[in-house]
Amino acid sequence: MKKYAVRRLLQLIPILLAITFLSYGMMRIAGSDVVEQKMENTGETVSQEIVDAAREELGLDKPFFVQYFSWLCNLLRGDMGTSYVSNKPVFSTFVSKLPATLLLTFVSILLTVVISIPLGIWAAVRQNKITDYVIRTASFIGNSLPNFFVSLLLMYLFAIRLGWFPVISKGVSLQSVALPALTLAIAMSSKYLRQVRATVTLLTISIGSLLGGTAIVESIFMWDGVGKMAVDAINMRDYPIIQAYVMWMAIIYVVVNLITDLSYRFLDPRIRLGGIEQ
Amino acid sequence: MSETVTVRIQKIKKNTVKGRLIFFLVLAAILLLVTIFAGRIVPYDPYAQDLSKSMMPPSAEHLMGTDRYGRDMFSRVIVGAQVSIFSTLALVGVISVFGTIVGTLCGYYGGAVDSIVMRISDVCLAFPGLVFALAIAALLGGGVGNAVIALAAISWPKYARVARSRTLALKNVPFVLAARLSGCTSLQMILRHILPNILGPILVTAMLDIGTMMMELAGLSFLGLGAQPPTAEWGNMMSGGRSMLQTYPWLVLSPGLAIFNLLGDTVRDYMDPKNSRAR
Repeated sequence: MKKYAVRRLLQLIPILLAITFLSYGMMRIAGSDVVEQKMENTGETVSQEIVDAAREELGLDKPFFVQYFSWLCNLLRGDMGTSYVSNKPVFSTFVSKLPATLLLTFVSILLTVVISIPLGIWAAVRQNKITDYVIRTASFIGNSLPNFFVSLLLMYLFAIRLGWFPVISKGVSLQSVALPALTLAIAMSSKYLRQVRATVTLLTISIGSLLGGTAIVESIFMWDGVGKMAVDAINMRDYPIIQAYVMWMAIIYVVVNLITDLSYRFLDPRIRLGGIEQ
Repeated sequence: MSETVTVRIQKIKKNTVKGRLIFFLVLAAILLLVTIFAGRIVPYDPYAQDLSKSMMPPSAEHLMGTDRYGRDMFSRVIVGAQVSIFSTLALVGVISVFGTIVGTLCGYYGGAVDSIVMRISDVCLAFPGLVFALAIAALLGGGVGNAVIALAAISWPKYARVARSRTLALKNVPFVLAARLSGCTSLQMILRHILPNILGPILVTAMLDIGTMMMELAGLSFLGLGAQPPTAEWGNMMSGGRSMLQTYPWLVLSPGLAIFNLLGDTVRDYMDPKNSRAR
């Protein structure tokens, strides 16, 4: 177990490096560098010499790999540059929005468990009876509804018609988190109900789809988390923010995967170390 | 006694699954036909604006009402299916073929290229699906083509993984070894003996992917990263109708229901081959 954990941790290093490299590379390909962006923002036309001087000052004239490494060193110190739009440090912006997303993820996982486990057991006990059929059909329907549609449906029903919950979330509160979390939980529970057997591994998969899915749901419900931040940043072409979002989501995802994998092995003594890999 | 009962139940199950499969295949075929001829069968021009008729509720004249520019929603939903369905089919086609080729070659030849490609797929799989697609779409800008590229970039490894592990398992099976002993070239081995035997799981994966991919494409369009207005596409139509939710919920509900009905049926239909295989 210890050996396996160490091996998995070591395997994590190249993947993390690749993630950072890819997120850095992608946003560099995106075209405009910091200098151009800043010049554009001020609206001044400046001579090429000034641009070159600014580039040199920021180290943008150096080879790509050198730039990547200095970026990586800054990253390790928690410095991810500043947002093109708000001019605030990217890292602290990201960190300030993360708790809202984590809360949303946590509540939707909780709701998923509360919905899917009893229903799954109930359907299994009543196999091939009407209850089973109804639950299975419901899970099929839940599975084929895109989550933006579920969001709008819930919003219409519970926020506009019944007025139980706010249409647009007012800060981080239990009332505001209910509808977005329910949206995510509906999609998740449908998946769970379909394949009840491998629940632990499913949890990992669901964290992945949750992290992506929050982007859409957060921007519909105006939930002030990293997902909404990313969608706003994409619309504003605020590349440092997008970069931070992509990279941190990937890192969180990989780390969560690792933890689940390790706990799975820890919980199930039958699985021999490395025995299941191809 | 109990054994005969089980056998009978299994037979009944098999028959209903087969019946359902045929039923949904027919539905899918109809859906495809409707989509292909969408331009000819819709009652109104999906792009013709008539501001005097904007925001009408559903009526006999306009089955799903009209949107804010007075365009007939029913026509737009049907024509919107074209973009959604064809781009999804193209996407799934490309990734399944590409992934299968890569995976089979990796599994068959192994070696350094195999490890490199598998590490690349590890990295692709390390990004949570839609997050990576969002990043690529942000990089490339909006448009259906770019959304397809973004989703393709994150989804091919799944096929490569399936194809590779199947190929590895098949490589040492007696009939493949026999074929090798009888002097088959590598190309013959792959095309005649390995590929036909790995197509089943690939096909099932692809069928299951259609629904997911359609939703993710619609999701990207909904965020403004896929099909651009005025193109009729379900995702951006729902996004366009979103701000009118309070007073005109049908603008949101009608394209949504189309997604749910058509997609639900197709997804369910494609689920079935797996079920009948397992039984």
